[in-house]
Amino acid sequence: MQVDLRILRFDPERDAAPHWESYRVEADPMDRVLNLLISVKEEQDGTLTFRRSCAHGICGSDAMLINGRNRLACKIRVDQLGRKITVAPLAGLPVAKDLVVDMDTFLSKYRSVMPFLIADSPAPERERLQSQADRARYDDTTKCILCAACTTACPSFWAQPSYVGPAAIVNAHRFIFDSRDDAGDERLEILADKDGVWRCRTIFNCVDACPRGINITRAILEVSRAVVERSV
Amino acid sequence: MRIDHDALVIGAGGAGLWAALELARAGVSTGVLTKLYPTRSHTGAAQGGVCASLGNLEEDHWEWHMFDTVKGGDYLVDQDAAEVLAREAVETVIELEHMGLPFNRTPEGKIDQRRFGGHTRNFGEGPVKRACFAADRTGHMILQTLYQNCIKAGVHFYDEYHVVDLIFEGGEGGDGGRAAGVVGYRIADGELHTFGAKAVLLATGGNGRMFSITSNAHSLTGDGMSLVYRHGIPLEDMEFYQFHPTGLYGLGILLSEAARGEGGTLLNGDGERFMTRYAPKLMELAPRDMVSRAIYLEIRDGRGAGPKKDYVYLDVRHLGRAVIEEKLPDITDFARVYLGVEPLTEPVPIVPTAHYAMGGIPTDLRTRVVRDEANTVVEGLFAAGEAACVSVHGANRLGTNSLVDLLVFGRRAGREMVAHCRAADAPTIAADVEEPVRGEIEALRTRREGESPSALKAELATLMMDNVGVFRTARMMTAAVAGVAEIKERYARVRVRDTGRIFNTDLLEARELGYLIDGAEAMATSAIARTESRGAHSRDDYPERDDVHFLAHTLAYRGEAGPSLRYKPVTITRFEPKPRTY
Repeated sequence: MQVDLRILRFDPERDAAPHWESYRVEADPMDRVLNLLISVKEEQDGTLTFRRSCAHGICGSDAMLINGRNRLACKIRVDQLGRKITVAPLAGLPVAKDLVVDMDTFLSKYRSVMPFLIADSPAPERERLQSQADRARYDDTTKCILCAACTTACPSFWAQPSYVGPAAIVNAHRFIFDSRDDAGDERLEILADKDGVWRCRTIFNCVDACPRGINITRAILEVSRAVVERSV
Repeated sequence: MRIDHDALVIGAGGAGLWAALELARAGVSTGVLTKLYPTRSHTGAAQGGVCASLGNLEEDHWEWHMFDTVKGGDYLVDQDAAEVLAREAVETVIELEHMGLPFNRTPEGKIDQRRFGGHTRNFGEGPVKRACFAADRTGHMILQTLYQNCIKAGVHFYDEYHVVDLIFEGGEGGDGGRAAGVVGYRIADGELHTFGAKAVLLATGGNGRMFSITSNAHSLTGDGMSLVYRHGIPLEDMEFYQFHPTGLYGLGILLSEAARGEGGTLLNGDGERFMTRYAPKLMELAPRDMVSRAIYLEIRDGRGAGPKKDYVYLDVRHLGRAVIEEKLPDITDFARVYLGVEPLTEPVPIVPTAHYAMGGIPTDLRTRVVRDEANTVVEGLFAAGEAACVSVHGANRLGTNSLVDLLVFGRRAGREMVAHCRAADAPTIAADVEEPVRGEIEALRTRREGESPSALKAELATLMMDNVGVFRTARMMTAAVAGVAEIKERYARVRVRDTGRIFNTDLLEARELGYLIDGAEAMATSAIARTESRGAHSRDDYPERDDVHFLAHTLAYRGEAGPSLRYKPVTITRFEPKPRTY
């Protein structure tokens, strides 16, 4: 089948502003958008620039705005989108070139929530024990691949770029609810800030955007509840 | 620009991150360069598990793990290295748990373990539960956990820097020179930076993108292997390349061996569980080279499935929804998304997929790069993970041992580099050290006429897939050697379309093709010279293993007229080579 592919292009060495360009691409309904982008790059315009690596939804390189929703280009198929497909870079982050955005602010938000295990007790000789129920408590939020699809789909983040954003809260949740961790209070303190969990307006864009199927809004609500319980 | 550290780590997968963690914890100034972001490294795609003889569910011993590794590798494994692997697997897995890795748990709260191909109890009696896992995203959790701990330890990352050359002091790396740093290309603006250091670790991963059907990420182009090869250091055992039995049909995306570890079966087009005829004892849990050959033979003999009879099935239906959704969620999703197949109710079409380089940059047990059959050390240069060949995988790697390898030897590399940096003085680097590679890059960027690198890459990948795959013949490998030489010659005249400096991925992909060609050249030449069948190297004209002539590692040195080959002996300590049956 033929697909009309529109891509928002921007080359800082040549363009004053972003502009749309259209391409006709021969595609199979089971192709992913990444196949189409590679086809354009190889056969029509070698300057088209995007990130990609694993090409099966695990590395998180190719999150972009596809037909108005944040998707991994390697995980969304042509048959799910139709013959007209538009692709633009993630919103709310500076565009470096074409579909490539600058990830620095996103990663600094991630780093700000202390995304690592802090255990006060000395490490035992063997593994720390953890019940299956305790392990299940934070299973969902261990799936995050830091693709930035959720944070850049969030209207609260667009309105207030200082908001720590859903991805950082997901990664804080992963440790706050890990029975082996002893620094939950410090993370809750960070997230009780005006740019923390209270900026979430439960719009659920993040849940729609997450390519890993994480129930992000639920994670944010659990963290919010923990912030409240802590301050009581 | 010039940037100095005591240690440099090239590549931020499992091996690189663990090494960086050891260095940072010891207070050694360290820079990590990655052409991606660390969490996008391909360690994150590993699914099924990491083996360690914890014995949490049934009796197990490191000696059994060592034996399985040696036998799985068809006795080409260096047994002193396999002993290190199997012993230190236990402490590294425990340390990962202490770092926060969310392993699945037993009812008692211990790390859960499951079966994996070729891992047995009591020296081959039957399958054993040895693979520690976090659902079917074990590699993802390893990568995340190590990255998290690197942040905690304050590791300095240079994200999206493509390393384009190695710097040596006092001669070439293959000729007595000492590693002094690297030249890095900053992808954001195309600037070259000279990084100086006393110790350089190459943890750059494999080169599966030289094949057309592969589980490997686009980024896996063998950069580190190629860079040492260009500086006169040989590549070891490059003919041994693993084809994983269960790649999604037509795509090569991996479906973890964990599916078979949990009880999944393989069926041919007649619905027959064909492994009964190839490995009656271990069945689907035989080592990967044997299972891939069995699938290939079923298809060749007309027992494949589908309209072209060109695939077989992985069947997990009988495992039930709970096991599939709790222990194999990601691969279930892959089948749904990429083939539109529902594993709960349908068997999944699969074919073998190019997966893992057993060979690579030769190192000793201390991860120091060595450059000849006498194991002469290249001072200051280290390698670990898939890029390296220590050799723990020999002629065929067992499932999960890639993760074990990168953890055990990444950790060793970090500790070894700490000691090296404390003893060594800072190297001297010439001012014009960037010039050779700057010339290469500028020539590529500004050439106005020539053929497309992406078309040439596709040609290389098809050539290698067709001729240096699961089964090999002299005729096929001769075609591969000649074909790669021709592609190499044409590569000198490729033209990129993007002539800009900012985020020029067109240029970098063309550069990566050069690395793939080097690896393919070493692989095809090493393969045709090995006139035996061993592990993953299987040829119809020499169907038997030949321990008299080929119980030896191949060393391929770059030469103007093609690689020259030398051989070094295999280290045998506990297990004398025996016929390999399962």
